[in-house]
Amino acid sequence: MALQSLDIARRSATTTPSPSVRQTTEVAKLIDVSTCIGCKACQAACMEWNDIRDPVGWNLGMYDNPVNLTENSWTVMRFSEFEENGKLEWLIRKDGCMHCADPGCLKACPAPGAIIQYANGIVDFHEENCIGCGYCITGCPFNVPRISKKDGKAYKCTLCSDRVAVGQAPACVKACPTGAIQYGSKEQMKDYAATRVKDLNERGYKNAGLYDPQGVGGTHVMYVLHHADRPQLYSGLPAEPSVSPLVGLWKGIAKPLATATMALVGIASLFHYITKGPNEVSKETEKEVEKEDAA
Amino acid sequence: MKLNRRQFFKICAAGMGGSSVTMMGFSPTPALAEVRAFKLARATETRNMCPYCSVSCGVLIYSTGDKSKNAKADIIHIEGDPDNPVNRGSLCPKGAGLLDMVKSPNRLKFPEVREPGSTEWKRISWDEAINRIAKHMKTDRDANFMTQNKDGVTVNRWPTTGLLASSAASNEAGYLTVKTFRSLGITALDTQARI
Repeated sequence: MALQSLDIARRSATTTPSPSVRQTTEVAKLIDVSTCIGCKACQAACMEWNDIRDPVGWNLGMYDNPVNLTENSWTVMRFSEFEENGKLEWLIRKDGCMHCADPGCLKACPAPGAIIQYANGIVDFHEENCIGCGYCITGCPFNVPRISKKDGKAYKCTLCSDRVAVGQAPACVKACPTGAIQYGSKEQMKDYAATRVKDLNERGYKNAGLYDPQGVGGTHVMYVLHHADRPQLYSGLPAEPSVSPLVGLWKGIAKPLATATMALVGIASLFHYITKGPNEVSKETEKEVEKEDAA
Repeated sequence: MKLNRRQFFKICAAGMGGSSVTMMGFSPTPALAEVRAFKLARATETRNMCPYCSVSCGVLIYSTGDKSKNAKADIIHIEGDPDNPVNRGSLCPKGAGLLDMVKSPNRLKFPEVREPGSTEWKRISWDEAINRIAKHMKTDRDANFMTQNKDGVTVNRWPTTGLLASSAASNEAGYLTVKTFRSLGITALDTQARI
């Protein structure tokens, strides 16, 4: 029996292994950039469901509103104009957490239980355990987590883990009026993406494809892109995202090395104590000290 | 408590050793993490229609409580109605943000009137409002009702008042609207659904 609604695959800064016998279906969200109209219903639905509201901001002469992800806006539409061969394309990408199979945030997180990866692929932040160090931001190849100025804790898209846990689709998926956001098992989403890619190929987008970067072990939020060969066109979507080597260096080498050094020091001290024994204090010194104490 | 130098060092070493061992994973924390509780679990679900445009998407309104006598219902969430054939669960950004319209401090919650020549809006009761509208309609109808046109054909027409009906009406409500207002002689009937 699990002690929670969703089985856990990994938990930040925790060495206890999670139960792993039960086979949970991997879920995924597919964002079809070619059918997105940039209406931002997903943004509104996200705020309504998750009880977050960004204050009214400033118009900076573009459609991006808010201009960037914040602790109150876990998803934002990024608009970019792209011109090639005399044809203008308006590339609109719904930005937010990609729910990596190999999450850099979780690897970098030093707070036990602040970042959880569920067996169905959702990477969730538990702000109760967050210490606000911001390492998750360093670890994220997509620059997604945001630290709140109000409580100093990190926030991002949860893939509506509370809805998914009771068998519902994420709020953004449900709201999307053009069906550009789809949700289902990862296999289903890959199959559906294949039909979309075929359709785009037939419409002249030779390089259309699925964005499911293997550098982070694949993601549970995937994109269908008309220009899958150049993901950077979509407001800087990284072509080959990977967890920063610094995170690997720190967690993979530096931390075990420091722990081993500490353990060695302890063992060496113990052996020293056994072989050499404690420092002997001569009777004269002891008397002197006692005299000083008395004085 | 009086400590000598040696005892102080011993306590420090024990403390350091203990915390180091904990850090090395000898005192593991259980791998537990619950998701946020599903906030609609026992909320009351009410079918309704989005009031914004003429598409009239179906919405589900979730409110607290089970409508028992002492529990005051409060709307906590609104999302698309998957059983409504118009939108099948989806909504536009305005519809997806309906909760904030319900909770808006600028929302009109009661009838108000601005008398001719006045600059002030005055709050009136629903009874007053309906009586006032009825009186205006009657005065206008009495003054402008045509029983015959200029060729002497009976028309029973009230040409000076029109009606714009809601788009968020069912077939039955639409039928009753037409019946009611045609019986008064109104010919300029339209609905927001045509806009």
